[in-house]
Amino acid sequence: MPKLLTRIAMALAPVAALLSAAPASAQVEVDVTGGISAPMPIAIPDMPAAAPAQTAAGSTTELGRQLAEVVRNDLKNSGLFRPLSSSMLQPVSFPQVTSPDFGYWGGTGAQALVQGFVRANGDGTLTVGCYLYDVFARTELTRQGFVVGPRDWRRAAHKCADTVYSRLTGEGPYFDSRIVYVSETGPKDHRIKRLAIMDQDGANHRFLTNGQTIVLTPRFAPNQQKIVYMSYENDRPTIYTYDLSSGRSQRLVSGASLAFAPHFSPDGRYVIFSMAQGGNTDIYRIPASGGSPQRLTTSPGIDTGGSYSPDGSQIVFESDRSGSQQIYVMNADGSNQHRISFGNGRYATPVWSPRGDLIAFTKITGDFRIGIMSPSGGGEKILTESWGDEGPSWAPNGRVLVFFRNTRGSGPAEIWSVDLTGVNERRIPTPLGGSDPNWGPLRP
Amino acid sequence: MARLTSKLIVAAALAATAGCAKKRPEVLPPAPAETAPTTTAPADNYGQNTGVQPGSAEDFKQSVVSDTVHFDTDKYDIDPQARSILDSQAQWLQKYPNVRITVEGHCDERGTREYNLALGERRANAAANYLIARGVAASRVNTISYGKERPIALGSNPEAWAQNRRAVTVVLG
Repeated sequence: MPKLLTRIAMALAPVAALLSAAPASAQVEVDVTGGISAPMPIAIPDMPAAAPAQTAAGSTTELGRQLAEVVRNDLKNSGLFRPLSSSMLQPVSFPQVTSPDFGYWGGTGAQALVQGFVRANGDGTLTVGCYLYDVFARTELTRQGFVVGPRDWRRAAHKCADTVYSRLTGEGPYFDSRIVYVSETGPKDHRIKRLAIMDQDGANHRFLTNGQTIVLTPRFAPNQQKIVYMSYENDRPTIYTYDLSSGRSQRLVSGASLAFAPHFSPDGRYVIFSMAQGGNTDIYRIPASGGSPQRLTTSPGIDTGGSYSPDGSQIVFESDRSGSQQIYVMNADGSNQHRISFGNGRYATPVWSPRGDLIAFTKITGDFRIGIMSPSGGGEKILTESWGDEGPSWAPNGRVLVFFRNTRGSGPAEIWSVDLTGVNERRIPTPLGGSDPNWGPLRP
Repeated sequence: MARLTSKLIVAAALAATAGCAKKRPEVLPPAPAETAPTTTAPADNYGQNTGVQPGSAEDFKQSVVSDTVHFDTDKYDIDPQARSILDSQAQWLQKYPNVRITVEGHCDERGTREYNLALGERRANAAANYLIARGVAASRVNTISYGKERPIALGSNPEAWAQNRRAVTVVLG
């Protein structure tokens, strides 16, 4: 896979910067968690080509249109921005990229302006420039340039959207990332399940397994080169790893009658998982390269759904040792196990935010809903209202969650996302039904 | 595959017992490779179980009260009804000491996926332990949990969920 290079603006500026790149005191700001009612109006005109040229990904002129469309879509999907409609947009010439027509943009109501350009390089790569302006202050807020292989052109757009999002919200980026999930088709009693991977916006969708065996709960390795998942291969349900570059699967846990619920440690060295034996399920840890499992919990009952804190020092998991599913936290070596959920109903599938500040879970009170709480159990907040929402997974910036929504009867499950306000709920398009989504880290 | 096979045999057996009125189809489905030829030979009815090979999966299904026991929500204890079903299974299994079985544990859709895998294992294990306590050698008994992955009732209502909370004893061919 061609490597994406990030370069600072100097490396790509085709025309002299007319404005200081130093960010003005930010008059344009977006609050991610405040539950904003009015998304920020933002203008994102099509990106002009430095010079019309043909590339392996189409003409630079067409690419400029598509790049802007991906940036608009990302920012709109965040729920925090309202890209101006195309009728409000004025064409931008190449020299105008670094010298915006603030007079025009000020009249559109846009508070921020994203301009960019695309250039075909002699070596077949593309350079995409991305500039963010404060329309009222008439200042440049930030700029970034990206060099990508033609097949990775969408990644340049996601990086541009990430630059804008981060600069205006103060939050970490998340658009240049992927989701691995289980594609589903067929009636519930004969459902065919396949591992599949896609960009976070649903593009570049690809099936990884052929559907001959049930596969469940894929999760990315931190370096994104592998996926750990559960498979019923040979009617021996256990844990496998899938190598994304070779396309090969390998059994990780042997000799267990039932091993499931795998999650990588943040440093990628270990996988924690659950193993059931004689009606009792406990959490174990195994080196990611294989080996003998080390037992972390010993309570009678079902201990499962373990997920590491981002620093690797703790594990959040669910246990029914109290009589119903509840959330517990323990040290990574299994010591100091203590319960953190005490609300009504059952709590399941806890996952620790990559920022460390929150734990997301499935709450069962008749209906299944997605919720969040602090790692000490306080501040519980329910984000979704549905019949069957399950299995949250965090976006790399810890501010958005992906989960799946079951439908009644034999209908397909769907992949959805929701932000921490609970307001911006959105279906992520998939070719077939989908479940068990896992949002991978930001791509390098 | 095992399921399909047994369905074919049932069809053949039913056709055989339907009596003279029904004309048999000219071409019967071919006998599955792992099945003894007698199973599809209607002329040589074997005892009461017409055309069913003793000790076979089909014989098991016809001989026991049920191949399936059910459970309450989030429970895995063997109630009196389940006991009588498993007793009949244990009896049959003692008649055919070379037959191996897999006990499948299943759950309804009102539990999360990973928890249900563990709960299904509890149910399979509870049914298997009961059979073992009734004299079936542990070495003959395998368990597998399907969690909520293989429901038999597709509805999203209490009746369907009750049918799906089950442990199924499957005789291995």
